[in-house]
Amino acid sequence: MRTPSLLTALAAGATVLALAACSTPSESAATGDSSGSDKAFTLYSGRDEELVQPLIDMFEDETGIEVDVRFGNTPELGALLLEEGEQTPADVFLSQDAGALGALSNADLFAPLPEETNAAVPAGFTSTDGNWVGVTGRARVIVYDGQELTAEEVPETVDAFTSPEWAGRFGIAPSNASFQAFVTAYRVLKGEEAADAWVKAIAANSPQIFENNLAILAAVNDGVVDAGLVNHYYWFGQAAETGTENMRAQLAYPKQGDPGAIVNVTGAGILRGAADDADALEFVNFLVSPTAQRYFVEETFEYPLVEGIEAPQGLPPIDSLKNPELNLSDLESLEATQELLSRYGLI
Amino acid sequence: MSSHPGMLDRRTGSRASGAPAWLLALAALCAAAAAIPLAYLIVRALDAGIAESVATLWRPRVLELALNSITLAVAVTITCLIAGTASAWVLTRVRIPAPAIWLLIAALPLAVPSYLAAYGWLVWVPSMNGFWASWLLLSAVCVPYVTLPVAAALRGASGNLHDVARTLGRGPFGAFASATWPQIRPAAIAGALLVCLYALSDFGLVSLMRYPTLTWGINAAYGASFNRNQAALLALVLVALAFAVVTGERSVRGGQDRVAVRGAPPVIPSGRWKLPVAVVLMAAPVLGVLIPVLGLLSRLLEAETLRSVDVPRLLGAVGATLGLAVAGALLATLLALPIAALAARHRGRLVSIIEATGFLGHGLPGIVVGLSLVFFALAVVPALYQSVIVLVFGYAVLFMPKAIGTMRGGIAGVPGSLVEVSRMLGLSPLTTWWRVTARLALPSIGVGALLVAISVMKELPATLLLRPTGISTLATELWSRTTVFEFGAAAPYAAALVLVAAVPAVVLSGFRGVSKEDL
Repeated sequence: MRTPSLLTALAAGATVLALAACSTPSESAATGDSSGSDKAFTLYSGRDEELVQPLIDMFEDETGIEVDVRFGNTPELGALLLEEGEQTPADVFLSQDAGALGALSNADLFAPLPEETNAAVPAGFTSTDGNWVGVTGRARVIVYDGQELTAEEVPETVDAFTSPEWAGRFGIAPSNASFQAFVTAYRVLKGEEAADAWVKAIAANSPQIFENNLAILAAVNDGVVDAGLVNHYYWFGQAAETGTENMRAQLAYPKQGDPGAIVNVTGAGILRGAADDADALEFVNFLVSPTAQRYFVEETFEYPLVEGIEAPQGLPPIDSLKNPELNLSDLESLEATQELLSRYGLI
Repeated sequence: MSSHPGMLDRRTGSRASGAPAWLLALAALCAAAAAIPLAYLIVRALDAGIAESVATLWRPRVLELALNSITLAVAVTITCLIAGTASAWVLTRVRIPAPAIWLLIAALPLAVPSYLAAYGWLVWVPSMNGFWASWLLLSAVCVPYVTLPVAAALRGASGNLHDVARTLGRGPFGAFASATWPQIRPAAIAGALLVCLYALSDFGLVSLMRYPTLTWGINAAYGASFNRNQAALLALVLVALAFAVVTGERSVRGGQDRVAVRGAPPVIPSGRWKLPVAVVLMAAPVLGVLIPVLGLLSRLLEAETLRSVDVPRLLGAVGATLGLAVAGALLATLLALPIAALAARHRGRLVSIIEATGFLGHGLPGIVVGLSLVFFALAVVPALYQSVIVLVFGYAVLFMPKAIGTMRGGIAGVPGSLVEVSRMLGLSPLTTWWRVTARLALPSIGVGALLVAISVMKELPATLLLRPTGISTLATELWSRTTVFEFGAAAPYAAALVLVAAVPAVVLSGFRGVSKEDL
């Protein structure tokens, strides 16, 4: 056949692009040397710009270090960093959840943090391998429809949602990292058998399936479902937007010791290529400094993880939600959780 | 039927006889660009190994997701085919007041990103979810993909045949089926193909409507498990579906050229037909534009964060969006042109493979195409990584099918006899192509470019992955505000996005097809 095969064509296509590369000046090449301090570094932020940019401005003013930020969703930036591997232009990754940090740590993409940085956050709220440090905490809570239910009618345990009276009336987001962390906690705290039974019973109790916490909150606030399992700060964010008095949805905290009462953490790590970058390390240290911790409390209503900083009003003490046996970034355990959820058709 | 040399091959062999080697080579090269995501997915799936692949694909959940994807795509495609053809027929063959304005209104749903449509509806009907909700909204926003090309074809198509069929005793529907339908079939089916691929690849709308499809599974595999191999396997299932759809379309489309004679005088609707006519014209614009946009507006008025707009920033995003849309449309059109030219005139297994490959990007969610280009750029042109060039290239891979479909129809509509005359006058094939075919097919090339431009403006996931650090489009600005509840702050960006995307949609509604009268 006189026509080129697809493979040849693919190679030719690559050549064309390569030629284009040679003839075009590039601005993104070489993101600077990674040793010492050059007063600049690149941050991948899995947390949103509205929240993080003011904090970065503070940091830049304070230190004179220039931060080049790329904003995105945590899951997508996690996938991006895995795809980029060693070639990543990123020096620091700020993540919305521990799962993404664990995945990158498992892929050996992080440089270990110094002892002092890790010591800023108590065990149970940070990594166990010292590859990333916890920044803020997010409690798992029950959100309920305040027009349909009184606070007393809201279950104190997640087990209650398996009962027939709750059939079809509650929302969960099983494909969401925060829900999976909670199920992992259930397995660790109550054992595999109990967790299996719970997931099976929940799946059989006609749960309303959502993609994320925010969608559950919106549905409860609109009276579509009576209750749901979410993270606490979404409610505060929504209340700040529409006014607390206009919130139909209300929050209830599962009782202490229940697997429903745990804390997920957000955190940050330094990529391997920036192992000796003093600017990157300075930023991570800044995140666990009193200034940044207070900022997170005031702006997002999340738990500070550094001791001596006041938690937002109206939240149960964080120590009551602590699970020292639980490693939230443990991906092997996460895979077992996903197997469990897929066994009963939830993911 | 015209009688250019390629015609015979359509019925006979699987060989691409008749296609000049340079065209085949060029088209294969362009298709190779579209094959990058496929190559990436295969690399990732091979990483998984056989045991993991079987375990992943064998889960009952995967079958359920695939069936959901298929059901939704089929239902949306059939709905758009019927609704789009009906409204195109009304727009061109029924005497209605201000037809140009109605045509413009018919194009408007294109300007509304599917995720905004879903979001706007949830304001009114928060409990809306599942298959029927996804079907209704996806159909409403996708109908113009059928309406516009069919309306263009109808303006060129002969009404005389329809009248002949009526005189010979056929009922109105029988006459439509035997006389009009064959003439608009290629346009209608090409539009339906775009609808079908879009329905397979959409994530924003189905996630808000809580209808779990394969794209939902792919996102969960990336986001919750950080399992790229698993995501790749699910995406390959989607590729297989898209391939089946594209090759299926090729066989359904058949080999006819458009037989264009002259337009028919519009009929005047009698009293009892006025209501159905109004429903046909208004259904998609009301469901896909009016209701969601009003929903968004009402949400804005409640929001306490409605604050003074950062005008320079908004304008910056508008500028970036426009610039990327123009660049993306140009590159996508350029890459699509050889494929469309090849597919319009020639058949054969190789031609089918090249064309189907060109369509691949549109059947995949943006996150997959985005990651595949990250992989490709870092492996081949690391210096260009996170540059505008790779981003624009990504848009071209994602959206060139929109240009292939429309341009193929336009090129096929250029009478082969004209090409032969030009060749007999001693002009080279390339000169002939440029002077005759490209010139006559120009409107369809314009339509293709506009469709790509609209899609680029609305694109989010691939933009987030590939954009140069610091560049924001209207879609990314909107995203960064809705993730933090600031509906008030998001408002100007949502409004600007719909308005900016409406401009090419409006231009699009004004395009006429090629008809013999214009030659």
